[in-house]
Amino acid sequence: MKIAVLVKQVPDTNSKIQISGDRVDLSSVKMVMSPYDEFAVENAIRHKESAGGTVTAVTVGGASADKVLKDAKAIGVDEIMRIESDSYMDSNSLQTILSEVIGSEGFEVIYCGKSAADTGAGSTGPGVAEKLGWASVSNVTDISFDGGIITNSPAEGGNAIIDVSIPAVITCDKGSIKVRKPNVKGIMMAKRAQVDVKSAQAPASSVTIVSHSMPPAKPAGKKFDGGQSAETVVDLLRNEANII
Amino acid sequence: MSETVVIAEISKGKINPVTNELVNAASKLGSNCTLIIPCVDSSIADSASEMASVSKVIAAKASLFENYDAAGWAQALDSISPNGIIITSASAQSKDLAARIAARRGISVVQDVIGINGNNLSTPIYSGKAIQTVSFSGDTVISIRANIFDAVGNDGNCEVQVIDASGNVTAAVRELVERASTRLDVSEANIIISGGRGMGSPTNFSHLEKIADTLGAAVGASRAAVDTWDEIPHSMQVGQTGKTVNPNLYIAVGISGAIQHLAGMRSSKYIVAINKDPDAPIFQHADYGIVSTWEEALPVLSSALSNLLN
Repeated sequence: MKIAVLVKQVPDTNSKIQISGDRVDLSSVKMVMSPYDEFAVENAIRHKESAGGTVTAVTVGGASADKVLKDAKAIGVDEIMRIESDSYMDSNSLQTILSEVIGSEGFEVIYCGKSAADTGAGSTGPGVAEKLGWASVSNVTDISFDGGIITNSPAEGGNAIIDVSIPAVITCDKGSIKVRKPNVKGIMMAKRAQVDVKSAQAPASSVTIVSHSMPPAKPAGKKFDGGQSAETVVDLLRNEANII
Repeated sequence: MSETVVIAEISKGKINPVTNELVNAASKLGSNCTLIIPCVDSSIADSASEMASVSKVIAAKASLFENYDAAGWAQALDSISPNGIIITSASAQSKDLAARIAARRGISVVQDVIGINGNNLSTPIYSGKAIQTVSFSGDTVISIRANIFDAVGNDGNCEVQVIDASGNVTAAVRELVERASTRLDVSEANIIISGGRGMGSPTNFSHLEKIADTLGAAVGASRAAVDTWDEIPHSMQVGQTGKTVNPNLYIAVGISGAIQHLAGMRSSKYIVAINKDPDAPIFQHADYGIVSTWEEALPVLSSALSNLLN
């Protein structure tokens, strides 16, 4: 089985985001693998351990994005690949180059996080699947590899258990599995690992960034002392906020 | 004027009221609005004939709309939607659908829109720690956050056209759905009551569940609570690495207000915080703060709500 896992470098979710001019200033922010991508890496490696084959971590970006690939390598992927890009791309441009490269490399299953911790959009997985004409299952919490790929994901009123036919894209949420951490040997191997750099021609973006700003500050609320004041708050929720 | 298509949000076999908000968002883009209702039984579309600001209602009837399948739904809805701007809700399922329809058409998608100003769209980034404004040109798929735009009224009048959308769509995924009865999910709830590590133990979440039952609310949790106690599943987690929510009312109990948690709930319409530490950061974001232990405040809250609502 030839497996790919898409990974993205994002600001640490504990970091404070600052704006400089009208753009987000990430110069003093620690960059890490997007948290849901960690589950994608774990599921990809488990899939390989069950079915055999190789796992390739793929990212899009400039040379600074090699760090997230090395992190994936240290955890246990076999190959690391970066699609060269140094500019903003909208969803269509990004998915076009990802699907072109993935399609030409002969992958059969793609894992990725359910969304990246920066945009939170969650468009890449299903979008790449559509461009490739593949099936996709999103927000998967648990996967069994006994006799195929059986995923568990939330559905209205319960959970959907899906027997996924390949080729397919599976986007991963945090589930009951624990992700493995890199060991010393993995870190040493990652240092020496070569990044396979690909170039791809992206179509022009029809969506462009105008500005970044801080969310509007909320006016100061009312604060009360003591548990008895819960009664006052219920009254305010009914008569001031008109919400209950 | 170009056409705008709104794909109705369907919950439990009915049109979800958030659809009225989507139609309002569509009208801000200044176009004729066609409302498409994915359905198995076209009678669910009847109520939409009165939705204001809609010029055409299409009941897209197909058996595949019984259960969500990303590829099948995208193919069926793409085939009956005219060119133009397509609007969906920003529920997890509809964002997935929006991404597939956009990719299918070779156009872009902008997710989680909270503001529309001409061709400029604002969306939260870093789970709401900042706002990104983008400009779009040409046909685009746009998903709209709930509880942001006002809902259009039901004083319109237009005909419902039924279209067979089944075509030759083959679901690419074999699906066996196991429906378990679970509590209301935080991502679907209008009211959420969440507990943090300040609850002391996972068994104490029963006090939150009791209030949730009175309010028809979902029970959520902070990351600290989920990471500390195995009994509190990740599906309850609100925050940047959990679910981003914006209900009408969010009640945070024993939650200090870590940046991670605030990112996931700060856009809630009203926030109530109960915390024994008067300096907890959560109070800076609360409309109504109660400085108290949960042991003192929750029984009072519970009985006041029961008296009011039962």
